[in-house]
Amino acid sequence: TVNFLYFCDLFFKAEVEETLKRIQAHKGVIGTIVVNAEGIPIRTTLDNSTTVQYAGLLHQLTMKARSTVRDIDPQNDLTFLRIRSKKHEIMVAPDKEYLLIVIQNPCE
Amino acid sequence: MFGDGLARGADIESLWRRDQGTRCEAKSCQTGEISTEEAAVQSCSSRDAGMQTEQSEETIQYLDLQQEALVDYTGLLSFLQGVEEVVIKELNKNWRSHAFDGFEVNWIDQNETVSCLHSLSYPEAQDQKLQVTSISWNATGSVVACSYGRLDDGDWSTEKSYVCTWNLDRRGLNPKRPDLVVDVPSSVMCLAFHPSQPSLIVGGLYSGEILIWDTSRVEDPLIGRTGMTDDTHTDPVYQVDWLQDSKHSHHFQILSVSTDGKILVWQTEKDGQLMLAEGFALVAQQIPWSMKLKKHARGESAVGVTALSFSHFDPSVFIIGVEGGYSLKCSTAVENTAVPRTGSSVPLKAPAQFAFTPHGGPVYSVSCSPFHRNLFLSGSTDGHVHLHSMLQAQPLISLQLSKKYLFSVRWSPVRPLVFAAATGEGEVHLFDFGKSSQKPAVSIKQASADTEVYCIEFNIKHTQLLAAGDASGMLKIWQLSSDFIQEGPREMNHLEQLADEVPD
Repeated sequence: TVNFLYFCDLFFKAEVEETLKRIQAHKGVIGTIVVNAEGIPIRTTLDNSTTVQYAGLLHQLTMKARSTVRDIDPQNDLTFLRIRSKKHEIMVAPDKEYLLIVIQNPCE
Repeated sequence: MFGDGLARGADIESLWRRDQGTRCEAKSCQTGEISTEEAAVQSCSSRDAGMQTEQSEETIQYLDLQQEALVDYTGLLSFLQGVEEVVIKELNKNWRSHAFDGFEVNWIDQNETVSCLHSLSYPEAQDQKLQVTSISWNATGSVVACSYGRLDDGDWSTEKSYVCTWNLDRRGLNPKRPDLVVDVPSSVMCLAFHPSQPSLIVGGLYSGEILIWDTSRVEDPLIGRTGMTDDTHTDPVYQVDWLQDSKHSHHFQILSVSTDGKILVWQTEKDGQLMLAEGFALVAQQIPWSMKLKKHARGESAVGVTALSFSHFDPSVFIIGVEGGYSLKCSTAVENTAVPRTGSSVPLKAPAQFAFTPHGGPVYSVSCSPFHRNLFLSGSTDGHVHLHSMLQAQPLISLQLSKKYLFSVRWSPVRPLVFAAATGEGEVHLFDFGKSSQKPAVSIKQASADTEVYCIEFNIKHTQLLAAGDASGMLKIWQLSSDFIQEGPREMNHLEQLADEVPD
């Protein structure tokens, strides 16, 4: 059973990498980061310091955005967050356990 | 069918024992005498260094978790599969969307117009009818220095001239009284502040000499000079600059170019003497003219260098402008020596690698783009600015910005598509490829129409400032409008497109 669980883990891990690769391969995508509930990055395609910065700040911002949405209407909830800046578009897909952050160049 | 039989035991002789017997042999040998030698080595200098770093909490936390493979992959995978579709949909939508095209937000107060902040001058120099020949901002961006001299008469004069500095952040700035005036025995053609030490200035003289001043020493600011040796330039020095030593990164050497065809690199010695460390010489027959240009190249005479700009991406590559109207791509990493050898103490190398289509007059200014590794501008007295790619001889764009002369072109340090040009008609043109590739976005009237503007310099620290000096001895500090300071969206893409264009 230990072996079986180990192989399951390997299989899921490979699937995770595959999914991230598919997202990263999209046009204009600069980086993809997965952050856990504590705001700590667990998967990234960017360098260390950039990842830590993006993860910490966007985790805070997403939590703030969620509480804003829920304070306005307790029946409502945040489903997706997009930030448009001069240079990038940052997309955040939230969940109770993880955040997926994708940074993309705007179209040409 | 079967009967009892008696098999006799087989007798096998021991081969091993016999072999052993025959193989025994007596031999003796001796090696030659072993020679030994003793040597002792000791290094006599030792150095102790102590250092301590504080561990950054954040990275460690991160690394720990990265290594800890205790990620719940089942949960992570189901999360990713849940969001993958919507994220990919949004990525595709966003990549095709033009919803934000041309949408700009005004976060800060916009300066609509370019305005003159200060008109600085040194009345004594103006009385002598001296001109501002060169400008430089110091490392902090608050002090501006200008050199006074003459560009209009080619006479060997012993008329004294000046280097003046103003601190713009100082309270009670007096535009007619510089903070520091250095008297110089000959016309100063060019100067440059040290890139990191705010008080050091190097200047090149009409006589070919190069001087270094320390503006913090009020009594006697002169701290270094080349003197007049066999190595010194024999013609006016048209540009000086500080060059980072390739071996010691905190060390700086001094680079000078002159119309005697030499590009020299100087090393400061302890006593303030500048010694020649390296040198390049341009000789017409060693320049790789393209076939079409060959017939114009005349004689064996040295090619006078009037401008130089280093690539911001490859520290060994630089572009020079020469009196014959050519721009040349050069490299410091060349091996072949220049012929004929002159009497200098260091063998001079021949740096030219590629010649670009010439201007109709001397090229007094070249500027490599801080944002693109192949792009550079050249400005010439024929009134044209050429935008070149280092990869092709023909200019990408040729613009006539003046009916008279052009003395200086500079890329903006913050806007990839913006450059400024100083004209012989007393105007400074600010050009924005994002707005128009034919005419300037703004033209600033610096002086009257018959007064040439000789030099312009952007401020790297305070990016809204542009300094321009003219033939009337006036140094003006312009405050640029916001659109020349803030990088627009997709500006880098536009620049890439410009660089990839193929001229007809």
